[in-house]
Amino acid sequence: MKLSKVFINGILNENPTFRLVLGMCPTLALTTAAINGIGMGLATTFVLVGSNLVICLLKDFIPSKVRIPAYVVIIATFVTIVDMIMQAFVPALYESLGIYIPLIVVNCIILARAESFASKNSVLPSIVDGLGMGAGFTLALLLLGSIREILGAGTWFGMPVAPGFSPAVIMILPPGGFITLGLVLGLLNKLTGKTEQL
Amino acid sequence: MEYIGKIFLILLSSILINNFVMSRFLGICPFLGVSRRVETAVGMGAAVTFVMAMTSLITYIIQYGILEPLNIQYLQTIVFILVIACLVQFVEMVIQKSSPTLYKALGVYLPLITTNCAVLGVAIINIDEKYDLIQTLFNGIGAALGFTLAIVLFAGIRERLELSDIPKPLKGFPIALITAGLMSVAFLGFQGLIK
Repeated sequence: MKLSKVFINGILNENPTFRLVLGMCPTLALTTAAINGIGMGLATTFVLVGSNLVICLLKDFIPSKVRIPAYVVIIATFVTIVDMIMQAFVPALYESLGIYIPLIVVNCIILARAESFASKNSVLPSIVDGLGMGAGFTLALLLLGSIREILGAGTWFGMPVAPGFSPAVIMILPPGGFITLGLVLGLLNKLTGKTEQL
Repeated sequence: MEYIGKIFLILLSSILINNFVMSRFLGICPFLGVSRRVETAVGMGAAVTFVMAMTSLITYIIQYGILEPLNIQYLQTIVFILVIACLVQFVEMVIQKSSPTLYKALGVYLPLITTNCAVLGVAIINIDEKYDLIQTLFNGIGAALGFTLAIVLFAGIRERLELSDIPKPLKGFPIALITAGLMSVAFLGFQGLIK
């Protein structure tokens, strides 16, 4: 598979949020504002690339019976690194993402890519896969975050969108997250002509 | 007496007001994945309840008995996730021996409790909120009961949803998410319960 194909695959065909429907917790919880979506997306991308790289390098040394705990430890290490970096350099964002940063460990996307891609491919495709999946996830969070911020707070990245627009607060409350994602998924199914069976 | 009141508040708030699934968005994967039948939902709820209560207890002991005295709190995430993985393995073995049917029904979602963010979430929230041992335990149980309540209610709705006429593009995940959104509106009503 060509590298560009691997990258595009993460954004379109196997978009983690809209196609694979993985990593729902941060997707729903952190898309109250566009900036939070981007922050979470980039943090996850870093962990994805790092863990894909290390797992790919170590795949011949990890016995398959204990591979899941081994992967989880590798992922947790990268999450700890991200946690510390964000605390030091972007404290405001760190505050607003809160508990969801350590919870990147249990984001199913990362373990899913480790198991289904990094453990079967060589180094370069694994890194590109991490980047592509991360980009797909970031874009999805940005899209959902923008919709919810514009409708729910009347702003985009903190800037007011239209004078005299009265926002529907429900969109930035928890129900808005479920409903927005449901409708966006439905719309994408309609556009691509695919129906997913759960 | 005031202490008992506080514990009751923690329990109530983690079951209803800050319901893990409906307002904190923790544990969405099993919530959407194992909610097709009420019986499986109950089984999943019970397994998660056990894991969450034990996790709360053990992570509390590890945090204050090992990590803080040695000043290595930064290892928190790694250590907690390992504890959870071991506990889940244990629960898996117990269920496999005691109820093979439930074991089959839960399928892949049983080992996936490890990556159920609700479990790690409750452990981290306990530490962040600086709860003591008893409060930690009750917060864990309350959060798990809240998870069970949400997943069982949701399974009840979805059993009916399967028979109804849904627009084709909305079938599967989209309609499930919209349903969850409406349930979440109902749970918002509990916000006014505690001033």
